[in-house]
Amino acid sequence: MQNKVNKYLRSEMLPHIWCPGCGNGIVLGALTRAFGLLDCDQDNTVVVSGIGCSSRASGYLDFSTLHTTHGRALAFATGIKLARPELKVFVIMGDGDSTGIGGNHFIHAARRNIDLTAIIFNNSIYGMTGGQSSPLSPLNSKATTAPQGTLERPFDLPELARAAGATYVARGTTYHANMLTQLIKNGADHKGFSVVEAITACPISYGRRNKMGNGYDMLLWQKEHGIPVERARKLEPSEMEGKFAIGELHKSDAPEFTDIYERFIDEKQINHREAKKA
Amino acid sequence: MKDVAQLARLMQGNEAIVEGALAAGLRFFAGYPITPSTEISELLAERLPLYGGKFIQMEDEMASMAAIIGASLAGLKSLTATSGPGFSLKQENIGFASMAEVPCVVVNVQRHGPSTGMPTAPAQGDVMQARWGTHGDHAIIALCPASVQESYSLTVEAFNLSEKYRVPVILLTDEVIGHMRERVVLPQPGAMKVIDRKKPPTGLEKYYPYQPGEDGVPSVANFCENYRFHVTGLAHDESGFPTTNPEVVEKLINRLNDKIMEHVDDIVLSESWLTKDAEIIIVAYGAVSRSAKKTVKEARAAGLKVGLFRPITIWPFPEKEIAALSRQAHTIIVPEMNLGQLKLEVERVTSGRSKVIGVNKVNGELITPGEILDAIIKL
Amino acid sequence: MLETTPPRNSKNIQINKSWCKGCGICTGLCTKVLAMDGGGKAIAANPSLCTGCRLCETHCPDFAISIGVDVN
Repeated sequence: MQNKVNKYLRSEMLPHIWCPGCGNGIVLGALTRAFGLLDCDQDNTVVVSGIGCSSRASGYLDFSTLHTTHGRALAFATGIKLARPELKVFVIMGDGDSTGIGGNHFIHAARRNIDLTAIIFNNSIYGMTGGQSSPLSPLNSKATTAPQGTLERPFDLPELARAAGATYVARGTTYHANMLTQLIKNGADHKGFSVVEAITACPISYGRRNKMGNGYDMLLWQKEHGIPVERARKLEPSEMEGKFAIGELHKSDAPEFTDIYERFIDEKQINHREAKKA
Repeated sequence: MKDVAQLARLMQGNEAIVEGALAAGLRFFAGYPITPSTEISELLAERLPLYGGKFIQMEDEMASMAAIIGASLAGLKSLTATSGPGFSLKQENIGFASMAEVPCVVVNVQRHGPSTGMPTAPAQGDVMQARWGTHGDHAIIALCPASVQESYSLTVEAFNLSEKYRVPVILLTDEVIGHMRERVVLPQPGAMKVIDRKKPPTGLEKYYPYQPGEDGVPSVANFCENYRFHVTGLAHDESGFPTTNPEVVEKLINRLNDKIMEHVDDIVLSESWLTKDAEIIIVAYGAVSRSAKKTVKEARAAGLKVGLFRPITIWPFPEKEIAALSRQAHTIIVPEMNLGQLKLEVERVTSGRSKVIGVNKVNGELITPGEILDAIIKL
Repeated sequence: MLETTPPRNSKNIQINKSWCKGCGICTGLCTKVLAMDGGGKAIAANPSLCTGCRLCETHCPDFAISIGVDVN
């Protein structure tokens, strides 16, 4: 028996490689449902990903897909988008991928406000390599490379994205899967650099080591710790301690990079022609 | 039609690269500032938009390499330009382009090293980096211009080879050639052959992007042109999807190598000058070959039978040509602005038939004709 | 395209056992309808109690469950 899954999946590639209870499949599901809401044109959309567990998602999606090198997905995507601005480009990255090795590309994509929709699967750990701490691992959380707990503070990804210039920033969780779908959809509808952080569970390499239980327990953790932003804004910092806001965290309008460049080309060509005439 | 006088220009090597790239159909450049290659970026920032092309200064060297691969997959002929330290940083994604078979051209204007070395001083220390800089066995083509004119023509050639064989091509120039100004005659527009990547037939029910043609080169479609497919740096099968099947992977890696090595006769360019009767051959490339030419003249004037062999394509290495020369020459002299990199290849290919002597200099100065001549006199 | 409104009182619960990895998320979210079989795979033990909320479908990481979607 083969379930009919939605048309945006390469269902012949399933079952996927992810571990039992891994939330990546839930984010991928939310993403495919967002494609549905967007009525996404598969022949004019590119999905780019980096390296790591989450970045294997591109192989399961039925688009032009590009599985790149570690951290560099946004740089590849920038090349594609600038070359062919008419294409819709989604970028899938992990937490270590986007904020560790790819941190520079992340802030610069945000600075340019290039029209890419970046979805960061944040499972707080380097899963593919077996559970090392990442720049998004919570302080004191355990990892193979932080056996007594991480000594380093993590980034707040949405704050980083916003400060660097991203014009759409949202955070969702796999527990709030329908909200996540909506956030991805809104991010894709937004013209400019959109960042959607998806809090997801790695029960094998993170949950087990940090005594968070199985995939289901970790979903419940997300339910308890993810506070809708409207409510979060009304709470005292002490009440938000250990919790995080979810929803649309930031939205602004700014000129989009490939638009600017297309206009620049037009003006330059006109000026050149006029200079030649004169 | 313009006459030759109209087409003649005084131009810098780096500028000629820009002209060559535009003539070859360049439409995308991504780069990061680095001496002594920056003029290429600066000129393309100005020129590309006039062709409807795109220029972007990326945040770093890795990103520039990544961006040109993305743009090439989207269908545009793409270029980046750098120098030693930047070339090292690009190696990761040069490997990706090699594995995923994405046409692109990388200019490396060689400068002194290692590390920051002397940024404004020439060297030829990246010969082996050009061949083996990225990890894993892979195919690569590297071309070495020795003049401003050749900086133009070899840039066109680099694009042609890259498009034809779907391989990253390195234009391995150096600071002397890059910054030198001399007279060039640009060919009439359209006079040089320009090759575009082959496209897959349309309407295939099942498309295998990495299924090789008879030449060993697959017809990978541009993104969003007729087919949806997957591109990865992981070992993959003909469908483009990852595999760890040893037989399939063995076949892939061998094909990546063979598609170049089985076409060396089509790829390898070289120049032989006064080699017919030569008993001593100088093997020199890039800026040093200019000194070597003068050495040959001086040696000939002194009655010595000396000739010059100049590899224009240094990777793949012109093995056949050097092997043939080693059957006639008792000595091969290899002057290089490094401690003896291409000399290793010459030694390998000559198999002890000729004595191989290096003339090496790593102080940031060009090897002089006299220094090469001294080595000949000492024989 | 997917239907966006969940069908009410649907009993058409499809579980693809070959994709199910037995993670227990669906059975945790829906104790009334879903259960694990002896082989550690999800089954619809009480399909008549299904309200068609689709929580199991949206939270199944393995695309193994579909509710009220035509199967062909």
